[in-house]
Amino acid sequence: MPRESARDVSELVAAARDGDRSAFEELVRATHADTYTLAYRLTGDEEDARDVVQEAYLRAYRGLRRFRGDAQFTTWMYRITANCAATHLGRRSRHRHHDLDEAASVPDGHPDRDPQLRADGDDLRDRLLAALDGLPPRLRAVVVLRDVYELPHEAIAAELGISESAAKVRLHRARKKLRDELFPRREGRRAV
Amino acid sequence: MLCEELSEALAATVDGDARLGRAERRHVERCLRCQAEVVQYRKLLRAMRQLRTEVIEPAPGLLAEILAGIEEAGERHAIRSVLSGRRIAYLGGLAAATAAGAAGALVFATRSRRTRLAG
Repeated sequence: MPRESARDVSELVAAARDGDRSAFEELVRATHADTYTLAYRLTGDEEDARDVVQEAYLRAYRGLRRFRGDAQFTTWMYRITANCAATHLGRRSRHRHHDLDEAASVPDGHPDRDPQLRADGDDLRDRLLAALDGLPPRLRAVVVLRDVYELPHEAIAAELGISESAAKVRLHRARKKLRDELFPRREGRRAV
Repeated sequence: MLCEELSEALAATVDGDARLGRAERRHVERCLRCQAEVVQYRKLLRAMRQLRTEVIEPAPGLLAEILAGIEEAGERHAIRSVLSGRRIAYLGGLAAATAAGAAGALVFATRSRRTRLAG
């Protein structure tokens, strides 16, 4: 959860916008773990998450004058982090092109077929994290930003550089894949 | 209607973002499998929202790295400001000197004209 207390953060943001670097550093101290959590959820990799967070705060520092203050600072940071993660993963995928490929092989997340997952993932949360890890990054980004962080579709589309309808299609596809992983069907097709 | 065809539509409705059409609603009302799927999507959404309460602590060095990056960016910005300030001061001085020169030339020309008229 965001650790910011609204009043303190708004004061720090105002001071930072006036050029007080120590105020911005306080903002970083207050929010960096939360920002890192999002970066890790988006990239699924500790090293990538570190790079994304550093880049996100640099962008925030440079663009602080553009922050209007009508949104929470953390929400603004989420958007920047999402954008940085998309750029980072896009850049990486040019070298390792399978990353954003939706057809990439997904680890077998069925606990009844995977003994390791059966042992480790007894509760829904653990299985959900495993299923999220198995999603292609472009599906994972949308479902994390929408269903965990509750960003509006418009903001998600803007930060990922896709249309709003594409963002929705990816979201529904991601939810379906997660549902299929968490609650595998045992019966065949049925029509009514 | 096949339940499989409805799955993504059910995924779209779980947070109230979209609504099912009339025929789809009628199907779900009569289909236990689709009803179970709706429940599963709701469980999934609750579990996702629950992740928001978790914070993954980064490795200890990250905060220092971020602050160092900001400090470096701040220094670069300060240097650029000083340089652009000097550039502005230089251009300002140049403009002032040009204006002073033009004014001097104007005064000189006016005086010369008056002297010629008086003569």
